Amino acid sequence: MRKIRVLIAKPGLDGHDRGAKIVARALRDAGMEVIYTGLHQTPEMIVEAAIQEDVDVIGLSLLSGAHMTLFPRVLDLLRENDAQDIMVTGGGIIPEKDAEKLKGLGMTQIWGPGTPTDEIVTFIKEKMEPGARS
Amino acid sequence: MDLVPRILGGDRRAVARLMTLVESGAPEAKKALAELHPHTGKAHIVGITGPPGTGKSTLVDKLALEFLKRNKTVGIVAVDPSSPFTGGAFLGDRIRMSTVAMDKRVFIRSMGTRKKLGGLARGTNDFIRILDAYGKDIILVETVGAGQSEVDIVRTAHTTIIVEAPGMGDDIQAVKAGILEIGDIFVVNKADRDGVERTMRELQTMLELNPDKEGWQPPVMETVARDGVGIEEVVDKAQEHMAYLKESGMLEQGLKQRAELELLAIVREEISRHVLEKGVEREELDALLDRIMQLELDPYSAAEEVLGRLRDR
Ligand SMILES: Nc1nc2c(ncn2[C@@H]2O[C@H](COP(=O)(O)OP(=O)(O)O)[C@@H](O)[C@H]2O)c(=O)[nH]1
Ligand SMILES: [Mg+2]
Repeated sequence: MRKIRVLIAKPGLDGHDRGAKIVARALRDAGMEVIYTGLHQTPEMIVEAAIQEDVDVIGLSLLSGAHMTLFPRVLDLLRENDAQDIMVTGGGIIPEKDAEKLKGLGMTQIWGPGTPTDEIVTFIKEKMEPGARS
Repeated sequence: MDLVPRILGGDRRAVARLMTLVESGAPEAKKALAELHPHTGKAHIVGITGPPGTGKSTLVDKLALEFLKRNKTVGIVAVDPSSPFTGGAFLGDRIRMSTVAMDKRVFIRSMGTRKKLGGLARGTNDFIRILDAYGKDIILVETVGAGQSEVDIVRTAHTTIIVEAPGMGDDIQAVKAGILEIGDIFVVNKADRDGVERTMRELQTMLELNPDKEGWQPPVMETVARDGVGIEEVVDKAQEHMAYLKESGMLEQGLKQRAELELLAIVREEISRHVLEKGVEREELDALLDRIMQLELDPYSAAEEVLGRLRDR
């Protein structure tokens, strides 16, 4: 049986991973395998881990405001590694217009602070239904 | 494209993808593993086990770094428990492996224990086989040392390192878990903490009480994995242990034992599957179960009946 594997990563310099951990726990409790890599990850580290762990989804969590540089960098690196089939989502304090821009660049979903974890779980599960991924 | 030539050619994405196929029980995985088999047998497999929080992942990170310094490439399999209820898992070993995670000569894969066909050891065995064929010289397998399935995993390793730390309660955890016998090297990590001497002494005493393994005397060593202290010595010992296995003929003997365990496990699994697919229909099985519950039939006779039907078909 195929199990959904998710990488939860915190790029950038902020040291708050409470939100990331809450999401990680919710995904685990929903039966997914969550690979957690800890704080201060560079986009390079995130993409390398995603490839080796062969995850279906990357969840980026960021509060420092550097999302417009770090998130696109992750997308670029995935493309460079021919791994753009991995779904990329993000969470944090991200203004609506930035979120739209990031989606235009290839991110699948952006969640604001305080999004119910159920919503995130349901979203990922639906996207990962058989046939949804190549 | 076919994964096997890509793996043999050094493509890490193919390695990662085959591991996923293996875990999901995909039929094509079996074929790929068969094709990889002739390319295996070169790696030194080192199991690292012990209670949670003793610093195993940190130690694995530092051991990997030391092996890299000695011009060895490294594969890492980090196993963490899955929830038996939801099947989900939190795999956090990578947090502690950041020193080597970006090195091109290292490949790290996290694994949940899940409910695996043929047991957990089969899954890790397959991962080890893939990394071996991929060309990794050293394969480090981290598991939480708690029970039988962990012991089984460790059986697949050439060298087993058991990690303890001071202040984890009064007892030596390895003794409690009954895994003292399988240790080739004992490491007391967090030697920066109070109580190291006591833990070292207790381990030493337990090992002396234990009927000694022929030939190899398992050393008790101390490390501060967080600061990289004592790591070279552990790697020296691991390499010494491998040399000992070769010289004494234990390596060959071990390989044969391992092959037997694995073969029989696969046969067992295939037989059960065959029986369940071909031997009994679901309704027949339910009928048998009913009779067992009604105490009309005992499970041994029921099993005879199932196997009998298989023979007749
Ligand atoms: N004081 C001290 N802490 C350590 C040492 N090695 C690891 N740790 C810490 O112990 C905790 C658990 O380490 P980890 O490697 O995840 O343990 P594991 O659960 O056995 O894999 C972490 O906070 C590490 O930073 C050490 O040598 N000394
Ligand atoms: Mg660990």
